[in-house]
Amino acid sequence: MDLSESKDFLVHTASLKEVRVFSREVFDKLKLDNDLKEELVLAIAEAAQNIVKHAYKGVENTTDHMQIKISLKENNLEIGFFDKGKPVVAENIQHRKLDDIKPGGLGTFFIKQIMDDAVFKKDQQQWVNHLILSKKI
Amino acid sequence: MSYKITEEGNISTVFLNGEIDMDVTEKAKEVILPIVESGKEVHLNLKDVSYMDSSGISVLIESHQKALENNTKVVVKEVSKSVLKVIMMAKLEQILNLE
Repeated sequence: MDLSESKDFLVHTASLKEVRVFSREVFDKLKLDNDLKEELVLAIAEAAQNIVKHAYKGVENTTDHMQIKISLKENNLEIGFFDKGKPVVAENIQHRKLDDIKPGGLGTFFIKQIMDDAVFKKDQQQWVNHLILSKKI
Repeated sequence: MSYKITEEGNISTVFLNGEIDMDVTEKAKEVILPIVESGKEVHLNLKDVSYMDSSGISVLIESHQKALENNTKVVVKEVSKSVLKVIMMAKLEQILNLE
């Protein structure tokens, strides 16, 4: 079953629950196994959290929205994240070393563990950042 | 997220409920850290926590480290399957006191 659904969310921590609800609804339509579904929901939530936490760092009460687009085509799952925050320098993104036990720095690690690929594209005019997470399912 | 705290001797048990994400981590820390800083042993019961992301994991790490600084401990109890999976993904099952 091929599918493509997108939704806009206010860039705010309070939107993260809505992001998970939207993601679960889409994956329910795809009848994904529950464990896989929850892993994917975690990856999506972490990427959305990164937008709030990093792309909008220091920005209080923005009215900006981010867009999340989930597409499945021939078993290739692609999740797009669009935002108008500070431009992300992909080379600067790194998770902390796992043996360096301290709070923070795990979101990107989780995304890399769960997804096959994570790429920032510079192909959008109306958005600043466009992240694509992909996974063969 | 909601919570309930019970006391028994020097042990405070914090029952967390719901989903723990970046939106509620400050609230979780406000509940847990003062008890740890008072030197009490804290049991975090996570049986009713259905979801936890990296922000929630950070709360567990910070609580654990704060406990070590205060010569006490945080025990993480009755972890739900979904949360255990995230703890294991972060390779923290040997670091945190899981029961």
